[in-house]
Amino acid sequence: MEGSVSITVVSASDIIIARDLGRKIGKELNFSQTDLTIIATVISELARNIILFAKQGNILLSSTKQGNKVGIMISAEDKGPGIPDVFLAMQDGYSTGKGLGLGLPGVKRLMDEFEILTETGKGTKVTVIKWSI
Amino acid sequence: MEVPILKQGYYLIATIQAALTDEDLLKLHYALVEQVGKHRSKGVIIDVTALDIMDSFATRTIRSLAHMIKLRGADTVICGIQPEIAFTMVQLGLTLEGISTALDLEEGLVLLNKNNTKKRKP
Repeated sequence: MEGSVSITVVSASDIIIARDLGRKIGKELNFSQTDLTIIATVISELARNIILFAKQGNILLSSTKQGNKVGIMISAEDKGPGIPDVFLAMQDGYSTGKGLGLGLPGVKRLMDEFEILTETGKGTKVTVIKWSI
Repeated sequence: MEVPILKQGYYLIATIQAALTDEDLLKLHYALVEQVGKHRSKGVIIDVTALDIMDSFATRTIRSLAHMIKLRGADTVICGIQPEIAFTMVQLGLTLEGISTALDLEEGLVLLNKNNTKKRKP
């Protein structure tokens, strides 16, 4: 599979479109059923953050390679308010009440590679990769 | 797609289909909270067997749904959480604390029956 797909995320139904596409790409890359669920959930979380905090943005899905590893790359980008305290956003918030509750620590745990670029007032870009074994 | 709600004796059974939009989930909220009163139901089973994922929104919605149903005087059992969804939920840090869960619909009904007989005993 070559190239990538970009999905504009504005409404809740775009979240479903994005995660279904992620599942489809994942299937083509021979991910296991568990990994496909993980990929769809991660897309859902990232897309929801876009809608909640930036109103709109983009989800970019592509296949990626490193040596003989093949994987899926998910990139969520928006021109929203940005995250003022990334350290805080990366703290587990669900159980402890700390953190921002963006689900980012969970997303990081679920994926193999995680990168976040954010600037206050400019936007946020979260890029994650899951390798297929 | 709206979630069908079936009435089975004292219980209501809501079977959630695969890709549920946020709006459908919220509609289910209102429908269930209202129908518990209308049918004087003692318990509600939410069957999520067919649900493709449980993200933070779905988990939060189901959690608050169970609490609202509790306030209306009925018990809630969530049944059919698939293994890969359970795995993903734990990794994401999502919990359904304080909410009864069961393997499938059958076990869910057994659990509701058990809780209800206990309540009726003097």
